[in-house]
Amino acid sequence: MPSSNENGALTRPHVGLFVTCLVDLFRPNVGFAAVKLLEDAGCTLSVPEMQTCCGQPAYNSGDATNARDIARQVIAAFEEFDYVVGPSGSCMGMIRAHYPEMFPTDALWRGRAARLAEKSYELLSFLRDVLGVECVHARYEETVTYHDSCSGLREMGIKAQPRALLGQVNGLTLNEMNESEVCCGFGGTFCVKYPKISERMVADKVQSITESDATTLLGGDLGCLLNMAGRLKREKSRVKVYHAAEVLAGLTDLPPIGDPK
Amino acid sequence: MQSRAHEFKQRSATALLDPELKRAMGKAKGGFQQKRRNAVDALPEFEALRQAAREIKEHTLHNLDFYLERYERAVQSAGGQVHWASTTQEAREIILEICRNAGAKRVTKGKSMVGEEMGINEALEQAGFEPVETDLGEYIIQLAKEPPSHIIAPAVHKTKDQITDLFHAHHQKYGLTDRVTEVPAIVNEARTVLREKFLSAEVGITGANFLIAETGSSIIVTNEGNGDLTNTLPRVHIVTAGIEKVVPTLEDVSTILRLLARSATGQEMSVYTTLSTGPKRKEDLDGPGEYHVVLLDNGRSQMLGNEFHEMLRCIRCGACMNHCPVYQSVGGHAYGWVYPGPMGSVLTPLMVGLDKSFDLPNACTLNGRCKEVCPMSIPLPDMLRKLRQRGHEQRLTPFRARAALGLWAYFAKRPRLYQLATRLGMAVLGSLGKRRGRFRRLPFAGGWTDARDLPAPQGVTFQTAFRKRGSQK
Amino acid sequence: MSAARERVLANIRTALNRTGPLADSVTAVLDARLENPRANVKPAVDGEVVQQFLSKLESVHGAVVRVATMEKVSEAVDAHLQQNALSPELVVAPDPLLEDIPWSNRFAIERRAAKGDDRVSVTAAFAGIAETGTLVLLSGAESPTTLNFLPEDHIVVLKVERIVTHMEDAWARLRKERAKMPRTVNLITGPSKTADVEQTIQEGAHGPRRLRVILVG
Ligand code: SF4
Repeated sequence: MPSSNENGALTRPHVGLFVTCLVDLFRPNVGFAAVKLLEDAGCTLSVPEMQTCCGQPAYNSGDATNARDIARQVIAAFEEFDYVVGPSGSCMGMIRAHYPEMFPTDALWRGRAARLAEKSYELLSFLRDVLGVECVHARYEETVTYHDSCSGLREMGIKAQPRALLGQVNGLTLNEMNESEVCCGFGGTFCVKYPKISERMVADKVQSITESDATTLLGGDLGCLLNMAGRLKREKSRVKVYHAAEVLAGLTDLPPIGDPK
Repeated sequence: MQSRAHEFKQRSATALLDPELKRAMGKAKGGFQQKRRNAVDALPEFEALRQAAREIKEHTLHNLDFYLERYERAVQSAGGQVHWASTTQEAREIILEICRNAGAKRVTKGKSMVGEEMGINEALEQAGFEPVETDLGEYIIQLAKEPPSHIIAPAVHKTKDQITDLFHAHHQKYGLTDRVTEVPAIVNEARTVLREKFLSAEVGITGANFLIAETGSSIIVTNEGNGDLTNTLPRVHIVTAGIEKVVPTLEDVSTILRLLARSATGQEMSVYTTLSTGPKRKEDLDGPGEYHVVLLDNGRSQMLGNEFHEMLRCIRCGACMNHCPVYQSVGGHAYGWVYPGPMGSVLTPLMVGLDKSFDLPNACTLNGRCKEVCPMSIPLPDMLRKLRQRGHEQRLTPFRARAALGLWAYFAKRPRLYQLATRLGMAVLGSLGKRRGRFRRLPFAGGWTDARDLPAPQGVTFQTAFRKRGSQK
Repeated sequence: MSAARERVLANIRTALNRTGPLADSVTAVLDARLENPRANVKPAVDGEVVQQFLSKLESVHGAVVRVATMEKVSEAVDAHLQQNALSPELVVAPDPLLEDIPWSNRFAIERRAAKGDDRVSVTAAFAGIAETGTLVLLSGAESPTTLNFLPEDHIVVLKVERIVTHMEDAWARLRKERAKMPRTVNLITGPSKTADVEQTIQEGAHGPRRLRVILVG
């Protein structure tokens, strides 16, 4: 029986890293940042090979059958761990909030989904709320602004945790933008199905980012960050974009998202 | 009202190019949001009220037949008449009949979304009556021959200059020939023109924010006082209401009223909350001689029994659209029917048909802000997702999107194959994008790259890199 | 009974998984709920209720003047007229409370319902609600509703003992003091206004431009 610390968390928990498809494909650096942060915080880490995506694209497109199949695959791959952690509020929100409701007539899988949901967390909130991480050892001498991604904010209650952790980074100043809680217009397949509406939304977001006078944009969800970085580049902005985990782990040697080597 | 919801794509594209709309929406948005925020912050009991309001509505809906019958009985014992309509067609016929019997020429109207559902103005006009909208916003769009673009601020899409032009074009016939360019003068001119209409109308039609089973009262909530002149001055008062508007008691309505104005405009109370119960009494010196209520179903009883029943809690406050970034971008007309924004994207498919409005539940990022602010805790994003599911089952999704999704799912369900394919794919993309770090154009990614660059992938997948690291360790 | 009525009710019952109306045992419980209405959540009202009423009313731009006795009402009305340069023509609700006022003979007073071009009305309030600074006015032979809406200036006489804390308290009084619901109950919270032109708030839309409350006692 593993022991617990005063937050009730296991002292050396075995964490399954849910990489998320976008991090896996576009920005492995975020995955390595997650590995570093979790290992530094005392976790034993595994990265199951049998993972691809959380199934959200299918679920949000109304394809319940495929979404359920993928959910079963994730549940089977991750249920052995003490915790499941991923660097995205959106994917982890999918597992936490939506997996259990995907099996209304299947008690067995509903139970398995619910048990997995209970131990699934977004990375930054896991570090802070479950592991009680107080300080990080990183330096980043820039003025940053933080975009609150919607699912993380509203499904997972992620708001204070990334800010508290970023407050520990040497040299970093946080300038809040206006409307940091307003959607950036990504919305998964929304941004390609309704590109014009998405364009207006991301353009509005870029305006808020620019007006914050920050030199770096941070966030906790790669989908939103790819969207905003892409628009910043399109508007020839020099604002750099990183996932917050990269800054917290000190892994900012890699060029920012969308910048050349 | 004729639905144009199937034209959402074109209509939203046009709307996005309209600089006046952008200006008007920009002005309104911040105000609505900030005022609501302030009002909610100033009321520590807001969450408790929200919970109580939800329970009241759920209780009522679970016993809806009972409360409607009690309501009907109370209206009748106050001397009023209740008319039931399953469809908007039936409702229009009932209203026209009442107007004919009243020997009406002019019909004043308070703002009523159910009236819009029925398309009552067109029906009245075709039958030879003169319907006059009296809410300033409704009046403006009536002059412009447009439908409302917001459920509580129907002319929110109009700028002041556009209103000046409209008044100038339409008010000369009353001898008002000066251009009114400032807000006080605009409001004043509307007051002057409409005063005459109020005093000469034979029938007044209002909506209802609530119906009270205990007392048989209908309630309207307004700021201008137009609704009160509409329901007091004419000989006949007709109330139009959806069947979900009933609540049991005055105490219950008090609870919900505390949420309504705060969520809608940030007021603690709107200026006028008026309860009308039956026609004028023998001894009264004013008030209408007849009082009719037209109860409209129009798909609501269907919703009661399915996974969309929570939508019947909606009190039409407009908070969801005030906080919806899609609505704020495209405006209310893009939605193509009576109800815009998140609540409209749920209601329109249920009332006019999902096949005729399939874009509405899809044109949403599921960001959840609407649910967060909805005073009745309606899970709007979940309902939009359920509509997408229905659409998927009915094969309403466009072929290309289905095919792409199917292909993706094929790989996503086969991790080893997926990893092989993505390893190769990312290696190619990574090396192509290495120099600039991003793509300005990419085949098959037009939807993305029309609006923004695509940041290039690092070139190696995490799975590959992590395994490599592991084997080196 | 109309066919539509039966159709709608049948659809509702089907949706609720029922074949007919609720059983009598259930309706008895629901009827009891209707007959003994319960308040739900009532927000805390800080401080003294009269003070709260006054400050809430002022925050929505209702003007208030407090006088000690009914005898002083005439003076207060006069002050309002002078302040706004209005001619001394009043339409006063035929309410006994207002009839007893020793009106200054400067006024030309009529007691009737309102007409379209009346400038100033004086009516009596049934209650004031401290929670939101709301006036409660009831229609009746003594208080025509049009007086609350047609004139440009609406002066409302409210006795201090008629101020209650919450809306629910006003309903309780209404049930106690009136045998049945009047045709119209007006809850009025400030002067008429609109924000329909670019969300700019403008007072005096279709109803009174000014709301003046004379609080007595
Ligand atoms: S869905 Fe909720 S927020 Fe939207 S109008 Fe209805 S009650 Fe208001």
